[in-house]
Amino acid sequence: MPLPRLIPCLDVANGRVVKGVSFVGLRDVGDPVELAAHYSAGGADELVFLDIAATPDDTQTMTSVVAQVADVLEIPFTVGGGVRSVEDASRIIESGADRVSLNSAALADPSLIGAIAERYGSQAVVVAIDAGDGVVHTHGGRVATDVATLAWAKEVGDRGAGEILLTSIAQDGKRTGFDLELTAAVRDAVSIPVIASGGAGSAAHVADALRVTDAALIASIVHENPSGLPGLRREIEALGIPLRPFKERT
Amino acid sequence: MNDVVVVDYGAGNTRSVRAALTHLGLTSEVTSEPAAIASAPFVVLPGVGSARSAMEHLVTTGADRALRERFGDGRAILGICLGMQLALESSEEDGGVECLGLLEGNVVRLHADRVPRLGWALVEPWGEAFYFAHSFVCESTSTVATSDGLAVAVESGSFLGVQFHPEKSGDAGLKFLERCLSLA
Repeated sequence: MPLPRLIPCLDVANGRVVKGVSFVGLRDVGDPVELAAHYSAGGADELVFLDIAATPDDTQTMTSVVAQVADVLEIPFTVGGGVRSVEDASRIIESGADRVSLNSAALADPSLIGAIAERYGSQAVVVAIDAGDGVVHTHGGRVATDVATLAWAKEVGDRGAGEILLTSIAQDGKRTGFDLELTAAVRDAVSIPVIASGGAGSAAHVADALRVTDAALIASIVHENPSGLPGLRREIEALGIPLRPFKERT
Repeated sequence: MNDVVVVDYGAGNTRSVRAALTHLGLTSEVTSEPAAIASAPFVVLPGVGSARSAMEHLVTTGADRALRERFGDGRAILGICLGMQLALESSEEDGGVECLGLLEGNVVRLHADRVPRLGWALVEPWGEAFYFAHSFVCESTSTVATSDGLAVAVESGSFLGVQFHPEKSGDAGLKFLERCLSLA
């Protein structure tokens, strides 16, 4: 088994990181390229960029951000938000992203998962599932659908997704720990890896998640102290989770 | 002339490989031009896409023959991920694809707890962790390194292939690339 992964997530709009990042040790906290390089140097295993504006103008800007990030980053990164077609995925992957993340577009047209996987391989397709009360939600978790979470997780795996990014709506932003029951249930239902998201408030929370699944998405816990990532890694390792060997650059 | 030719086979992300080479102070170009592949000091066969479309592109452009000739002349080629798999005789991907046949061995569907196999994993006997993202795996007598018991590096003559992505493996990956290129 590959080692458990720690994945910081950056929300981006119009080429800027938009929320929750404190400025300690950074010249320009809003610059996704600088922040990405900083997290990479601090031991992130991978990064996720979510384009939360995804308007037509913003999409152009995001493509240029992806290219700039690819030129400085030596770890993999995923881009989500605004991917609605194979062409959108091509634009992002050919600008240098390793993977795209689909959310509501996959619900609207599930064949999109297979179409992108066929062209770029399953490893290039992540499906984000916002889950609550047993069903999948859309619109940033505000609107409940009638699609059952576990059934949808199985379907996206069968259609060729390479990973699921599973967010617990109830836990998201609360910093009281991941929904371990939901995470374990989804992971048991599929044969692809699952990233747990929503609720990371401490190293112990992340360690708990990494005991039941393959990777954990972290946001405010790192954004409020971007230089604290190496310390967070050490705390998680001290709790018995083997992360990849990593030496901080001096 | 550029230091490195990154072979273009019409799909995916060659930008990250070039960025890593630039980071190491090397110039590179992305092309499928046989003459450029023949004459470059070093050739990288990168790794994104599917086996069938990659082989079709290599055959159409004549890059397949250029790679075989280069290998026959003992000139260095590094294959990454799919680029490693393409160097073997055949792949089970896409219903079965005949590959370049530089090395003995075949590519089979990966059977593991989770597929695709995604993430950082230790490579032995090298003792370093690198980043993997694959659903197929090599079976070859030219295996020189393993990870979780899988063949993740093959070497024969002037060809070295790795299943992981050195260009996505942080400092360990950069050091690996630097070592490969300085040995060439």
